[in-house]
Amino acid sequence: MSETMPAVIEVSGASVLRGGQRVLDEVDLRVEAGELVALLGANGSGKSTLLRAAVGILPLESGTARLFGAPVHRSTAHDRLGYVPQDSAEAGSIPATAREAVASGLLGARSWWPSRRDERVLTALEAVGMADLASRPITRMSGGQRRRVMIARALVREPELLVLDEPFSGVDLPTQELISELFRELSAAGTSILVVLHETGPLTDDIQRAVVLDHGRVVHDGAAADRPRLHPGHGHPEDAAPLDQCLGQEIHPA
Amino acid sequence: MISPLDILTSDLLRYPLIIAVLIGLTAPVVGTYLVQKRLSLLGDGLGHVALTGVALGWLVGAWISASPADLLAIPGALAASVIGALLIEYVREISHTSRDVALAILFYGGIAGGVVIIQLAGGTSQNLMGYLFGSLSTVTALDTIISSVLAVLVLVIGVGLSGLLSAVTADEEFARASGLPVRLVNVLIAVLAALTVTLSMRIVGALMVSALMIVPVAAAQQLVVGFARTMRTAMAIAVVCSLGGLLITVYVDLPPGGVIVLLTVAAYVLGLVVRAVRPAQRVPAVGGPGPARSATPHH
Repeated sequence: MSETMPAVIEVSGASVLRGGQRVLDEVDLRVEAGELVALLGANGSGKSTLLRAAVGILPLESGTARLFGAPVHRSTAHDRLGYVPQDSAEAGSIPATAREAVASGLLGARSWWPSRRDERVLTALEAVGMADLASRPITRMSGGQRRRVMIARALVREPELLVLDEPFSGVDLPTQELISELFRELSAAGTSILVVLHETGPLTDDIQRAVVLDHGRVVHDGAAADRPRLHPGHGHPEDAAPLDQCLGQEIHPA
Repeated sequence: MISPLDILTSDLLRYPLIIAVLIGLTAPVVGTYLVQKRLSLLGDGLGHVALTGVALGWLVGAWISASPADLLAIPGALAASVIGALLIEYVREISHTSRDVALAILFYGGIAGGVVIIQLAGGTSQNLMGYLFGSLSTVTALDTIISSVLAVLVLVIGVGLSGLLSAVTADEEFARASGLPVRLVNVLIAVLAALTVTLSMRIVGALMVSALMIVPVAAAQQLVVGFARTMRTAMAIAVVCSLGGLLITVYVDLPPGGVIVLLTVAAYVLGLVVRAVRPAQRVPAVGGPGPARSATPHH
């Protein structure tokens, strides 16, 4: 596949410095077209940093990042990408309605005039079961509902590559199942998916490849079932999670 | 007693009236983005820098023996506030921790520069009073033309590109991942703020320009939800307050800037009251996944 089509994400020798500390160290990451890849690791291991570097949000200190075979800073490649950030950052001081937030997903490097009335906006909201709340400000939603709106904002772009940072964070189990089913449909239709997860959860059987990070380095790139057992506390000291959060995360059953 | 016909036929009143409508339309457009970016005080900083520009314009006017002496005051304010806006955006981009310090430096440097330079130009700080607090009597035809051009620019960019500007101000991370021109948008908003400060300072005054950007937006937030509705409602509030304030000062000898800003504050208080007495909206149960439809993309 890789001989005829470039990888949708190709990060080579990527290093990122933050606050004088190396949070990514010579990392390679490759996602082929149509793959569903999970990025795993303890808190502070560098998962989100790698994700952001891969889509061009964070600059690399060294190394290269390519999207669809083109340098990541070339903005046209971003039109084929749907991105769901870690937190519901889409809040601001003047909260947008769900419809407005999703309509902003229609914007691209060359399309600066989205329409809130575009039927694709409602279709994307329906896909995540949020059409009924289209006029609700997103700050008046639960965390799970906001995550679904953010996923709809990515879906409305009809992306060839979906990149998500902890989409199950703060989301109840029924909603996790709903989102997982969406991912299965998208994956079956050929959409490439790169997802940062704390726990593989409902996607355990669907993940085609797992990349595990530890202290900013890739320690596993292969089948999810074969990933190494990590211990609580692994990761970057700045981002170390409380022990009760670490317990149950990334600890693969023996 | 001045009749409505006098207001429309007298240049002394017609020019301020035109500018008041333009301020009411433009200030909340820019203010909406500034509130969204949590940069509500940017307009204040730029207002102070514009004073230095006024004094510089006066100085250049003195050199070339311009008549009237403040012929270049508004062009000077325009240049200074645009440069100040670009500087503050540059500082904001390279350092997230010192932007409030940078704003403070704009405040102090701007007002001090204005007082010192006006003295060098042979004037006194009294000459700046009209620009600090606003004045009807100083509005000229040239001011009206400059203000109209600036207002059209602000409205075309601020309203025409509202989808792009609101997307970037709401979530820069998503905007960058989507390939949107984040840096260009941030610079655009800063420059729009500078243009609005310049066109507003004649009537509202440099010290109160920012209020007309921010307070109508705060008032609108009490009444409506959503970004677009907040902007439209704020524009309506600001136009009513600008026109209303100006008309009050036609009949009562009061400073227009102060009256206009007090009206916007009254609108905000009224908004708070309306919000308090309005029946609370029922919040539907949350957490359920609800019905979903196929999300299969159309490649």
